[in-house]
Amino acid sequence: MKAEINEQILLRGLVNNDSKAIETIYKENYNMVQAFILNNSGTYDDARDIFQEAMITLYEKAKSESFVLTCQIKTYIYSVCRRLWLKRLQQLGRYVSAGENLEETVSVEEDLEIHEKRNAEFAIMERAMGSLGEPCKSLLDAYYIQKKGMTEIATEFGYTNADNAKNQKYKCLMRLKKLFFAQYNIGE
Amino acid sequence: MEDILLLETIERYLSGNMLPEEKAYFEQLRKNTPEIDQMVVEHKLFLQQMEHFSEHKNLKESLHAAHNNLVDKGVVYEGGEISTKGLVIQIWDRYKRVTAIAASIAGITALVISGLVSYFTPAANSTQLQQLNRTISQVVKNQQDIGAKLEEVKSNIPKDVEFTTSGSAFLIDGKGYLVTNAHVLKGSGAVVVNSKGKEFNARIINVDNESDIAILKIQDDEYKPVSSLPYSIKQSNIDLGEELFTLGYPREQIVYNMGYLSSETGYNGDTASCQISLSANPGNSGGPVFNKNGEIIGILSTRQTSAEGVVFAIKSKGIYKLVDELKESDTAVQKIKMPATSAIRKKTRVEQIKEVADCVFLVKAYAQK
Repeated sequence: MKAEINEQILLRGLVNNDSKAIETIYKENYNMVQAFILNNSGTYDDARDIFQEAMITLYEKAKSESFVLTCQIKTYIYSVCRRLWLKRLQQLGRYVSAGENLEETVSVEEDLEIHEKRNAEFAIMERAMGSLGEPCKSLLDAYYIQKKGMTEIATEFGYTNADNAKNQKYKCLMRLKKLFFAQYNIGE
Repeated sequence: MEDILLLETIERYLSGNMLPEEKAYFEQLRKNTPEIDQMVVEHKLFLQQMEHFSEHKNLKESLHAAHNNLVDKGVVYEGGEISTKGLVIQIWDRYKRVTAIAASIAGITALVISGLVSYFTPAANSTQLQQLNRTISQVVKNQQDIGAKLEEVKSNIPKDVEFTTSGSAFLIDGKGYLVTNAHVLKGSGAVVVNSKGKEFNARIINVDNESDIAILKIQDDEYKPVSSLPYSIKQSNIDLGEELFTLGYPREQIVYNMGYLSSETGYNGDTASCQISLSANPGNSGGPVFNKNGEIIGILSTRQTSAEGVVFAIKSKGIYKLVDELKESDTAVQKIKMPATSAIRKKTRVEQIKEVADCVFLVKAYAQK
């Protein structure tokens, strides 16, 4: 019972981007995943990529309103990593027998589908941001990602007042929107 | 400019920062103008995407931070220095199966090569060769056969000893110096028996296992030194096909055999010995090999087990070599004077054998019980 509560606290921490909670989940699960990847012809870098993908999947799941974790965090992460890694191996044209330890995994297909969609959207946004150019990129980054106030941004970027910065921000936002939707609608 | 204003308004509307009156007005505007309504929906979706993007980005940063932090703390191990040692381990992980196969192939190859090497190495004691000394069981049996002489045997040999091996030996100096094979003398002492069945005590002077030659000295009051030996010991080489004969003790009685030189080298090309075609048996070891002039050309030592009639003899040069070596250190050997001329050159084989037989002895080595 106590372990379950602990896991709930950890997940809430993960949703709130709490570094302590993230580090705890990381510490408790990373070595297991690393061993799995290394044993299945992966590298340290692969292990890191796959584990972080799984963490993001867990984050998305924990954030959704309908969230119920039906198993331990460990099992969930292992299942996701396993699924992701086998998929990547198949993409590389290599196949690793999937027989071992299957009973210890849970079905994560649905979650991964959502995750993949999010990943695609993320990539589109990243590309759009990338092709935006300065100072638009930094300006939008400061406002929408770092969530800084308009006055703070104005001083940081050297605008005479917040209104001017705001004006500039909207101009940038419109360009970004155009870039984003050009890609996004193709993707849809 | 209008667009920007509109956008700002939409954003304010979506984030709920509008005053109720303004909000009502704006909602009315949305209803009436489909373009504005469309823009609101679109912007809502876009802001959502921005939000997701921002969340993901921040999470990824936190994950990287956590990862690096744990690597620093040593909780996460990435092969020490990620670049070098990690790479080695990665390569090892990837290629360990190949490495294992390569290693086993190398191992098998090494075994095969070492097997071949040991198979072809000249070795006097290899199973292909049989040393022609007799084992004690045969000796004991033969002794029982000639029961009458048993008492005589008992009188001369020391008490509490066990015979180990027997073979043949021949005089190289009339004062009682004998030569035999080193492998005949597996024990601490030896007795020698002449062709008439008379037994003498002998002292082992030197055993050279490398050349397989041993020197004995008869030390017995009953032994009468021979003033000159009938045969000589040849120092030069002999020719292929030369007729040879040997005398030895495969039984208690002296046995004659003849053959010819079939190769100037011994087993596996050993130049210290030669190959002879004649029939020899256990007990012939250490016996002299004569040519037709009555010159000793070698010491019979081994035979090839896999072929009949293939016998090897150590060339007589080896005796000179050993004696010369020993003379430098051993005073007992300094007295040895080996016969240089053969007195039985022109004689018939039967006469030759009669004269030579007295100088060929049966050797029985014994060990203290």
